[in-house]
Amino acid sequence: MTDGIPDYRIPVGDWVEHGVDWVQDNFTGVLDGVSDGLGLMIGSFEDALMAVPPLLLAAFIVALAGWRVGWRFGLFALAAMALIFGMDIWKETVTTLALVIGSSLVALAIGIPIGIAMARSDTVEAIARPVLDLMQTMPPFVYLIPAAIFFGLGKVPGAIATLIFAMPPAVRLTNLGIRQVSREHVEAGLAFGCTDRQLLLKVQLPLAMPSIMAGINQTLMLALSMVVIASMIGAGGLGNTVLTGIQRLNVGLGFEGGLGVVLLAILLDRITQSFGRTKRGGPAKARSGLIARIKQTFGKAKPGAAGA
Amino acid sequence: MSDMLVVQNLYKIFGPDPDEAIRLLREGLSKDEIFARTRTTVGVRNADFAIREGEVFVVMGLSGSGKSTLVRMLNRLIEPTRGQVLLDGEDVTAMNNKALIAMRRKQMSMVFQSFALLPHKSVAENTAFGLEISGRNRAQQRTQALKALETVGLQAVADSYPDELSGGMQQRVGLARALATEAPILLMDEAFSALDPLIRTEMQDELVRLQQKDAHTIVFISHDLDEAIRIGDRIAIMEGGAVVQIGTPEEIVTNPANEYVRSFFHGVDVSKVFSGGSSTIRSRSRPRMERAKP
Repeated sequence: MTDGIPDYRIPVGDWVEHGVDWVQDNFTGVLDGVSDGLGLMIGSFEDALMAVPPLLLAAFIVALAGWRVGWRFGLFALAAMALIFGMDIWKETVTTLALVIGSSLVALAIGIPIGIAMARSDTVEAIARPVLDLMQTMPPFVYLIPAAIFFGLGKVPGAIATLIFAMPPAVRLTNLGIRQVSREHVEAGLAFGCTDRQLLLKVQLPLAMPSIMAGINQTLMLALSMVVIASMIGAGGLGNTVLTGIQRLNVGLGFEGGLGVVLLAILLDRITQSFGRTKRGGPAKARSGLIARIKQTFGKAKPGAAGA
Repeated sequence: MSDMLVVQNLYKIFGPDPDEAIRLLREGLSKDEIFARTRTTVGVRNADFAIREGEVFVVMGLSGSGKSTLVRMLNRLIEPTRGQVLLDGEDVTAMNNKALIAMRRKQMSMVFQSFALLPHKSVAENTAFGLEISGRNRAQQRTQALKALETVGLQAVADSYPDELSGGMQQRVGLARALATEAPILLMDEAFSALDPLIRTEMQDELVRLQQKDAHTIVFISHDLDEAIRIGDRIAIMEGGAVVQIGTPEEIVTNPANEYVRSFFHGVDVSKVFSGGSSTIRSRSRPRMERAKP
């Protein structure tokens, strides 16, 4: 014992290394399959986005922002697009967008079913919760090492690291949303003869939708925050711009890349949030036209008068 | 009238050791003593009664007296610990999952205190919920939903959404949803308790009116004796998980079984029970209806 620190060594790092080696030796086929599948998906996603004429894609984004959020945000989107073209980071932005959306989709495809399973079983929740804690608190850089070992360098390991980092909120908020559905709603579903499946699809998921949408939004945001880190193993895109800026101590370049990430984050955040809102109060809002208002007023007035 | 629902020696014990709790109950220990000894809660103890076809059977008691638990054992939202529920002679407690779901779809529907409507569905779609679940086609759902909405006077708002309606109207939708499946038995759990007093009385009259037109067998949970007298053909009073008295409103009022039952009379004009001058419920409720809806 020196310095009062007990002198023994638990080789956690060695175990992890052995584990990683073991996986690599025994699951080559699986890893290659995942690599090919994910690579194909994100690659073709990126190709598709790149194939669209830049101005058309930008116009679509502006239109989507204006339609979903409001004309002011549409103007913001227009300015953001002009800035991205002006900073000459369009290609990087599209690459990042493809990576973020691709890995988020996979994260959601895995995360939401896990969240549903957690909501339906306390045992699954008890097992999944510490794993999620680990996934969220582990510094994201750490994911890069096994990702690079299993999948080499490039977009695929970047996407894997991103989706692991980005998945927890989707899982948690799906679980939370379903568990927060009131007891009487669940009872109403069961009392009218829902099977388990019907209860999930017709009662629990629709009522959990605002929470699930918040999870989707958070997953996208986390995925975006991971792109700079993932660029260290060659994921490319805006993260690469930032990384180059760091390596060359080029403040201007770093800032341009960073600003691109911020703009993309704001756009993705507001647009996905708007979908969450629709699910909640949509029907009432959608019929806010004059005729609908009149109909509503009369519809309300009649039985109200009869009741008075 | 024949017996529609028969409840036999029904128990619900929440907690780790139901057998021990039932043994202690038989030794005559109270709910609190059993909780202190075994950490199990007696929800319902030895409920034993029959509900007749076409009657409004009110289960009354303070909160925690087990009335909600009791009604949920009838359609097995809560699994009974012991005892049986017989529906037309068939043992509900012994049904497998498939039979239970079929029973809930066709035989028993339910109305909830908090309405429990689905906010993303229109009034008509909410009303058709039970029909949707049992796989009827859309046209059928719509027709039957509109018919049920007409019964409760809401066909005009069929395409509105629940959040656009007042509480009273939302509960009418809840009622229409239960009527739409054409189940002969309605379970109503404090169905009108969340409504303000005026609307509550209106809904009670509405229910009495519906019963005169097309009698369902209704099990109605309430903590309000006034309400129980207004709508009930018979009243069961629960205390600490046990049914302490069952009888017509007249019987309860003239001959309360104990102090607990008597305590419900506080602030209630029991003389109302005798208005109309008749001993049968049907004729008793008619003159009151005419007063309420001139």
